[in-house]
Amino acid sequence: MSRHVLSLLVEDRPGTLTRVAGLFARRGFNIESLAVGHTEVDGLSRITAVVDVEDLPLEQVTKQLNKLVNVIKVVELDPSQSVQRDHLLIKVRVDRTTRSEVLEAVTLFRASVVDVAPDSLVIEVTGDTGKTEALIKLLEPYGIKEMAQSGLLAIGRGGKSITERVFKN
Amino acid sequence: MSEDKLSPAGKKSSAPVMSGAEAVVRSLELLGVTDVFGLPGGAILPVYDPLMDSSKLRHILVRHEQGAGHAAEGYASATGKVGVCIATSGPGATNLVTAIADAYMDSVPMLAITGQVFSHLMGTDAFQEADIVGITMPITKHSILVTDAADVPGALAAAYEIASTGRPGPVLVDITKDAQQNEAPFVWPPVIDLPGYRPVTKAHGKQIQAAAELIAESKKPVFYVGGGIVRGRAAAELKTLVDKVGAPVVTTLMARGAFPDSHPYNLGMPGMHGTVPAVLALQEADLLITLGARFDDRVTGKAALFAPNAQVIHVDIDPAEIGKIRAAEVPIVGDLKDVLPELTAAFASEIGKKKLDITAWWNRLNALREEYPLGYSEPTDGLLSPQAIIKRIGELSGPEAIYAAGVGQHQMWAAQFIQYERPNAWLNSGGAGTMGYSVPAAMGAKVAEPQRTVWAIDGDGCFQMTNQELATCTINNIPIKVAIINNSSLGMVRQWQTLFYSGRYSNTDLNTGHDTVRIPDFVKLADAYGALGIRVTREDEIDAAIKLALETNDRPVVIDFVVSADAMVWPMVPQGVSNSYVQYARDHAPSWDEEE
Ligand SMILES: Cc1cc2nc3c(=O)[nH]c(=O)nc-3n(C[C@H](O)[C@H](O)[C@H](O)COP(=O)(O)OP(=O)(O)OC[C@H]3O[C@@H](n4cnc5c(N)ncnc54)[C@H](O)[C@@H]3O)c2cc1C
Ligand SMILES: Cc1ncc(C[n+]2csc(CCOP(=O)(O)OP(=O)(O)O)c2C)c(N)n1
Repeated sequence: MSRHVLSLLVEDRPGTLTRVAGLFARRGFNIESLAVGHTEVDGLSRITAVVDVEDLPLEQVTKQLNKLVNVIKVVELDPSQSVQRDHLLIKVRVDRTTRSEVLEAVTLFRASVVDVAPDSLVIEVTGDTGKTEALIKLLEPYGIKEMAQSGLLAIGRGGKSITERVFKN
Repeated sequence: MSEDKLSPAGKKSSAPVMSGAEAVVRSLELLGVTDVFGLPGGAILPVYDPLMDSSKLRHILVRHEQGAGHAAEGYASATGKVGVCIATSGPGATNLVTAIADAYMDSVPMLAITGQVFSHLMGTDAFQEADIVGITMPITKHSILVTDAADVPGALAAAYEIASTGRPGPVLVDITKDAQQNEAPFVWPPVIDLPGYRPVTKAHGKQIQAAAELIAESKKPVFYVGGGIVRGRAAAELKTLVDKVGAPVVTTLMARGAFPDSHPYNLGMPGMHGTVPAVLALQEADLLITLGARFDDRVTGKAALFAPNAQVIHVDIDPAEIGKIRAAEVPIVGDLKDVLPELTAAFASEIGKKKLDITAWWNRLNALREEYPLGYSEPTDGLLSPQAIIKRIGELSGPEAIYAAGVGQHQMWAAQFIQYERPNAWLNSGGAGTMGYSVPAAMGAKVAEPQRTVWAIDGDGCFQMTNQELATCTINNIPIKVAIINNSSLGMVRQWQTLFYSGRYSNTDLNTGHDTVRIPDFVKLADAYGALGIRVTREDEIDAAIKLALETNDRPVVIDFVVSADAMVWPMVPQGVSNSYVQYARDHAPSWDEEE
């Protein structure tokens, strides 16, 4: 298996996400992460999906996604040609003795503390998957009480945009 | 009349104001729809009111919504036009599901319109609420929920466009009751805004050239012809290409009639119950010229062992079909109607004055044809041979008739023993294999093509799933002819039990035939429906009954052909093995080129 990042430009209509998610499920694809949000164009949303799959079935699912009437464009984002970011909120257990060590890690990872309580900190971090995973690993010994993670967000490098390519043809 | 004629989009001020329900009727009229099949209920009642006044739309009241769905399919498959069916919310809509799934599998252009509960009640488990858009997502080409009366024309026009273009398929439009009741300006033609829908139709010239070269170099080419030729209205273009190339043709179950059976190049149907020459031609080929066919497992057998030495040219309008099961050396995404003439021209200039030298190939295939013609053995229990009856129906009714089959043994025999000479003459449920398809599909076909003889070739099992539409036929003067091939059992399943479950006939006996209680008695049932019922038990009655049926056009006809339960469909490739193991008859496999 190999990891692929798909970026889908879709019409912002009820049911579109269901159609996309349903298609992945129906064709036996496991979605590792999913992020949905608006784009710069009114009425268009962007879905970033990370799937673990071989190349041949990936081609098939891409073609099937393209057949969904509400899906306008599907592109695969190569890690070297794109910026890919995870967004993470972690609630870590701290006490007087560990607080400064944890804060040091936060600085090291260029993360930030967004909530402080006597026995815990909420840390926000953005980065590629390697970085967020490393931070999690580092914080684990202190006790991670809670964690919320966004799906991977990705965008192509350089001046081109997924929407402009669509509207040109 | 004139004010509703094509008022340009945008000029909302001049657009007539009408209810969403009226807009449904008006939109269908303007789309050119003339016949719809349906059954009303609370959530679609507003539409049924203006429907009553339409002089352009004929609504045929079915007895079960599944019947409406299959009728719409039969209508579409007989003509290539979009078939339309209407149902109410909840159970009305879910009764359409089987037919929608069937249309999806067989690429049938179909528009299904359902009523939905009031939009403010949606999501509350309201009376007769079912999320039909959600339920049908995996089995529709697209679906649209309409909650605003103003959106009705646009939704219907878009649905019609999607159903009938590219790879055809079913589209569902679910309209809430308030969207039907509320009023809005009726703008026609509506703006159809489908930024994500761009069916490809123009093929790559380079690929066409590559295909022409491959054909010109091939020694053992086969045209693997599928239902796309029928849906794409490309039978004439196919014939021109085949005549030019001179290579053998096989027609899938969905493509029977796409190429004339009488043509000397036609080897018949490939696949599990295909002819030996067709099956082995694909197995031994060095080139498959695949045209609107999708490498279904009923055709390929074990796909990894299918046509092991062949290169593949694959033409399909749906890019997702190419490379799905079998990699293609030359993939061509395009509409066959356009691709075939281009390919013919490219091949002609490639081959020049030479001729494709495939004499050795034809010698091999002709030897197979001689040795393994389609045939059957007479039953030994003294009962009628189903194959002989079906053959006679075809001979006496001719190629201009329409034949709609159910699913099972009789379907295979109808595919094998009736000679098809034109596309759209053979209607059946191939991809889904939906028992109950035949009677309502025949009804739909007869509505579309009233001047043609329309046969439903049905099994005693299938017939019992949808025969209620005989009432619809009698009352609406739709005189179809039903041939029940009554083997008193779920014959196809019984055949598998004979072959693979040591003759243990678990739950396949139907008690409708010879020496049984005959429940139901099909002749009495026909009578109850106001149809002419005829029972045939002897060979010398066959022709007379068929002729009487052909002469009777004031009501439907049902012939109960009481046949042997032991007849089996041959040839057969057992499931999951290489097609090279095709069996001509029980325990009789032909020899194939070992080194191939
Ligand atoms: C009991 C039973 C037994 C069966 N046994 C057999 C058997 O022995 N042999 C057999 O062949 N089948 C058999 N079938 C049917 C089988 O299941 C498939 O339905 C059938 O083989 C598929 O036919 P097809 O490949 O022609 O594709 P279809 O389902 O007809 O698909 C048509 C293809 O054409 C494409 N297309 C549509 N329009 C165009 C266009 N304008 N231009 C280009 N492409 C277009 C579509 O995208 C699609 O890919 C059996 C079914 C049943 C129920
Ligand atoms: C709705 C549905 N249920 C079950 C099946 C499985 N099935 C396939 S063929 C068949 C038997 C059909 O019997 P009959 O109509 O009598 O036709 P025969 O095979 O005897 O010609 C069955 C049960 C099916 N295809 N469709």
